[in-house]
Amino acid sequence: MLLILITIWAVLFYYAMLDEIYDSLDDGLENQKLLMVQRAAEDPTILEQNDPEFKKHVYDFTLISKKTFEEFKENYRDTLMYMLNEKDYEPVRLHESAIAINKKHYRLKIITSMVEEDDLAKDLILYLFGLYLLLIASVLVLNNLLLLKIWQPFYTLIKQLKDFRIEKNTAINIPKSNIDEFNLLNTTVDKLIKKSTNSYITQKQFIENASHELQTPLAISINKLELFLENNALKKNQADDITTVLDNLNKLTRLNKSLLLLSKIENHQFENENQVNFTEITKNIVVDFEDMAHHKMMKVNITNNGILNYQINEDLAVILLTNLVKNALIHGQKNEIIQIHIESKSWKISNISTSEMLDENTLFTRFKKYSTNKKSTGLGLAIAKAITDKYDLKLKYHFDTTHIFKVEFP
Amino acid sequence: MKILIVEDEQEMLNNMRQSLEQELYIVEAASNFKSATEKIGVYDYDCILLDIGLPDGDGLELLKYLKKQGKDDGVIIVSAKDSLDDRLKGLDLGADDYLPKPFHMAELNARIKAVLRRRNFDGNTLVEIGNVLIDTESRIIKIADEKIILNRKEYSILMYLIANKTRLVTKTALAEHVWGDHIDQTDSFDFIYSQIKNLRKKMDKATITVEAVYGVGYKLEVE
Repeated sequence: MLLILITIWAVLFYYAMLDEIYDSLDDGLENQKLLMVQRAAEDPTILEQNDPEFKKHVYDFTLISKKTFEEFKENYRDTLMYMLNEKDYEPVRLHESAIAINKKHYRLKIITSMVEEDDLAKDLILYLFGLYLLLIASVLVLNNLLLLKIWQPFYTLIKQLKDFRIEKNTAINIPKSNIDEFNLLNTTVDKLIKKSTNSYITQKQFIENASHELQTPLAISINKLELFLENNALKKNQADDITTVLDNLNKLTRLNKSLLLLSKIENHQFENENQVNFTEITKNIVVDFEDMAHHKMMKVNITNNGILNYQINEDLAVILLTNLVKNALIHGQKNEIIQIHIESKSWKISNISTSEMLDENTLFTRFKKYSTNKKSTGLGLAIAKAITDKYDLKLKYHFDTTHIFKVEFP
Repeated sequence: MKILIVEDEQEMLNNMRQSLEQELYIVEAASNFKSATEKIGVYDYDCILLDIGLPDGDGLELLKYLKKQGKDDGVIIVSAKDSLDDRLKGLDLGADDYLPKPFHMAELNARIKAVLRRRNFDGNTLVEIGNVLIDTESRIIKIADEKIILNRKEYSILMYLIANKTRLVTKTALAEHVWGDHIDQTDSFDFIYSQIKNLRKKMDKATITVEAVYGVGYKLEVE
């Protein structure tokens, strides 16, 4: 764009310039003519010299007839002349006019060297190119220094917004600015964030409070039924009914505990960290589950290919691995082997199951259930995900004949 | 044995009282901070079940008060808020145990028994039931003077059933106690049965038996 503008401007400028040059040259030649006429009156010898090639002078008088004189029209034109210094034919400006001195008529030719158009054009292009570079350079400098400085508050805000995580409860530091638009943007963003954070906190507190408030009624109901079962001689079907109610209350309790655990993880209530040996806790967890595995005729194999230590809250590490192991055991097929593979930067568990590949996008969301398992809360993997998120670990799922869950450590 | 229940939820209190009276404890109750302070100030208890979420005061303050009085009543904190902070604070202040709501009655029983045993039988680690003698320290079990070997889980099951002897222990309560909280989501507690079977086999000479109740749970009967 700039280049096109400059080119158009250059052409216009060139012709305007040329026009001005011709104009002033022609004025000069005209003046010269008048001077020559004066001089010829004083010194008629100059009228006699014959110098059509302009070897000696820059002028030449030629005697002409009266008729020619009368018909003669003054003109300016360009012609070429050999220049000694340039060793080339160069354009010169020639002024032709007819004058009458002492009743004799002469044709007067005066030349003057003139601007070399090709050189002029060449120079012009060169200088314009220089101008162009200069313009570009100054635009860049302006952009980088000035604009960047002006937009600084904007970029500061954008960067903070990019890193903003509502669950981390980090405040956004709104930069002060002299520009009204930025201030408007800042206050709007500030309001929006405060509003979102408030509703997020309210929602979180609601879940937390609801869970807490549910604990006591749950405890009362469960205990009452336990005592009822114990103290009454019930028929089999009556006892079965009570047991079903109890089982469901217990399920509710687990659900509630899982929700509370999630809020606790998000509320940073597990802040103590130490170096945890994942091989060690994996072994303990597998031992805890061996009866259940045995019952399903499954086997859990651990292979170790490196030491995996990580700075983490130990309770959360145990919960993370427990949920993944439990998941594999619940959904795994009977008589099959569950494979746990530990490397120095990853922990992987795979199980064979009748189910197809699961959708990784929804797998870790709350209450997403893929099985008809009555006792599953649908929160196990969401909890695992919350823990991995907290410690910047990656929890991945993929499927190739077996279902594989992998925790990657940085 | 005298037990004080500090609990503001009337029904919760009734349940605990009913269960504890079946164990033949003398049970007293306080439903707020003020009456609890009065009772603690006047009487000695073998064990206090302390709900720390009282409407008119912090239960932990009661614990502080108790310790300031130089009393060594056993204290089990009962809380609807299973918070690590409260647990640590409570145990730091000298509580014996921390039991988050909701809990199974069998679990409450077992915890009280454990506290009472630690308090009242200093140094005596022997438990005798029927013709079974258990050293809780060395975990040696003798049936009619004959040593038997139980694995870790069988031992846990047995001790839990003994703590709740002649009372119903639901499978859920048993599973959570022996296998831990995280066993919860498993599709059935059938795997408990194989452990019970092994336990019965090893204890066929004992005068105590593990009876199945309805399919809901188990009960330890003494002949």
